Amino acid sequence: MGMDYQTLVLDYRRAADQDAARNGTGPAMHPVIVVGAGPVGLTLAIDLANRGIPVVLLDDSNRLSNGSRAICFAKRTLEIFDRLGCGQRLVDKGVSWNLGKVFFGDDLAYSFNLLPESGHRRPAFINLQQYYVEGYLADHAATLPHLDIRWLNRVAGVVPGADFTEVAIDTPEGRYHLRCRYLVACDGARSGVRGLLGLESKGRVFNDRFLIADVKMTAAFPTERWFWFDPPFHRNQSVLLHKQPDDVWRIDFQLGRDADPEIEKQPDRVIPRIRALLGADVDFTLEWVSVYTFACSRMERFRHGPVLFAGDSAHGVSPFGARGANSGVQDADNLAWKLALVLGGDAPDSLLDSYAAEREYAADENILNSTRATDFISPTSHASRVFRDATLQLAKDYAFARRLVNSGRLSVPAVLHGSGLNTPDADVFAGSMVPGAPAADAPLRIDGGDDWFLNRLGSDFTLLAFGEDPVTDCPVPLLRITPTMDSQGLLTTRFDALPGTVYLLRPDQHVCARWRRYDPAAVQAALNRAKGR
Amino acid sequence: MTLNTDPALAEPDEFYAALIEMHRGLSPKQSEMVNARLILLLANHIGDLDVLKEALAKARAGI
Repeated sequence: MGMDYQTLVLDYRRAADQDAARNGTGPAMHPVIVVGAGPVGLTLAIDLANRGIPVVLLDDSNRLSNGSRAICFAKRTLEIFDRLGCGQRLVDKGVSWNLGKVFFGDDLAYSFNLLPESGHRRPAFINLQQYYVEGYLADHAATLPHLDIRWLNRVAGVVPGADFTEVAIDTPEGRYHLRCRYLVACDGARSGVRGLLGLESKGRVFNDRFLIADVKMTAAFPTERWFWFDPPFHRNQSVLLHKQPDDVWRIDFQLGRDADPEIEKQPDRVIPRIRALLGADVDFTLEWVSVYTFACSRMERFRHGPVLFAGDSAHGVSPFGARGANSGVQDADNLAWKLALVLGGDAPDSLLDSYAAEREYAADENILNSTRATDFISPTSHASRVFRDATLQLAKDYAFARRLVNSGRLSVPAVLHGSGLNTPDADVFAGSMVPGAPAADAPLRIDGGDDWFLNRLGSDFTLLAFGEDPVTDCPVPLLRITPTMDSQGLLTTRFDALPGTVYLLRPDQHVCARWRRYDPAAVQAALNRAKGR
Repeated sequence: MTLNTDPALAEPDEFYAALIEMHRGLSPKQSEMVNARLILLLANHIGDLDVLKEALAKARAGI
């Protein structure tokens, strides 16, 4: 048996900073304070610490995620965790799945296979309880000398200033103060930091209530995602069944607009619903029950001077399509290298504006996708319901209609089209590796062993060079790809590469420039642009 | 491509009769569902989003 991350209590420890007032010194100054040790805050703090930036990570609790919450972690998120050095443990524990079934009324409408394209290290998704993700990240964080996690440290005041931001922190031993150059709020949908600064996340609130029940059972249900529209056991609503590790199944019941959350949470209400789905003879125990609503919202700006917002504090989405935690981890991925460059004096403070611009753009894309799924699952007008049902009826017989069924689209990272950090193409390229795109993975043969392309990228910018052309005076680390290394030719195809083609990749593995011929001056100019210089 | 609003039906009377015949004996609710299915089938046949958006706008205009 591994550690029980659901019940794990993390120790509050007194920090030396708390004695500053008693010692007559001013509040301690730190380069970065991250608020919230959820998946987003942990990702950001680990990434910064790996880059040699000292980080204080504050969390108001001393527990990991209460309940399984986010359970679908997408390929790109796993690649980011790989870059941080903790992906494999998560993948080993997680449940991989490819098959999905969609039911309408009494019948199977169709089934689908996510059929992830082969030649990628990571699957399209794994299912894993959020407390495992947080627990594994926290375990990793605890090994990093630059990372100081302080549990039971609740932010009670934030005063941004020109020279530093002052943060008041409440602990079991009373209040103390810290100063920092940058404060990053990763403190969730009800962000305390956002509230303290009088800022809002605005958008569309959905009134439908949903019931999550995590059920433990050893029944022989297949490892598939089952989605029911209007099933006989829960008329006029939708239901989702999804497998997690440890024989735990996520069941999500749409309850409608008038459901009373307190009543619906009671086991004597929940258990009959589950029985109706599973059948009378399946033994199960309830692990966790929650009733929720959601809003698709975002802050107008993710940056307010020295205070930056990432994850649910900055933007909210519906749970359909696994875009909450995944997009938040991508926020952290985008911000960490920029903060590290700015703090290291290698880029101007204005580089952080590009964090806000790029991730606001990505949030809009995620909100659009999740709103569309919500409107399909939970139609808000009579006509919308009729078309929804017509689509589901046609889906039984016609492939075109299956593509209209939307029970949540595959969460894929945003391509940062139009970002000011990109250098527009001067040469002609085909394919999807446009400036702004996250680099695609591919298998490589290196020194007679199998490896993955993304695994060969370091934490800095990388110049990816195809073929044998000489590359001199390159301002960034070079990764040369020879035909022998790309033995299956997949990397060459995915990057539409010819001998001599070079790509400049950002530290977060997004493409920022590419050329058919290496030119050190062009690479330097693109590098300056990507660093906001 | 733009939406063709010039006469294009080879047999207009025949089409119209078939359209009405499709609804014969159906309740208003069933007719509504058949119409929705028909729109989805035809939309897929047309395929072009600009044409479809033009048709959506023209259908809605004046209502």
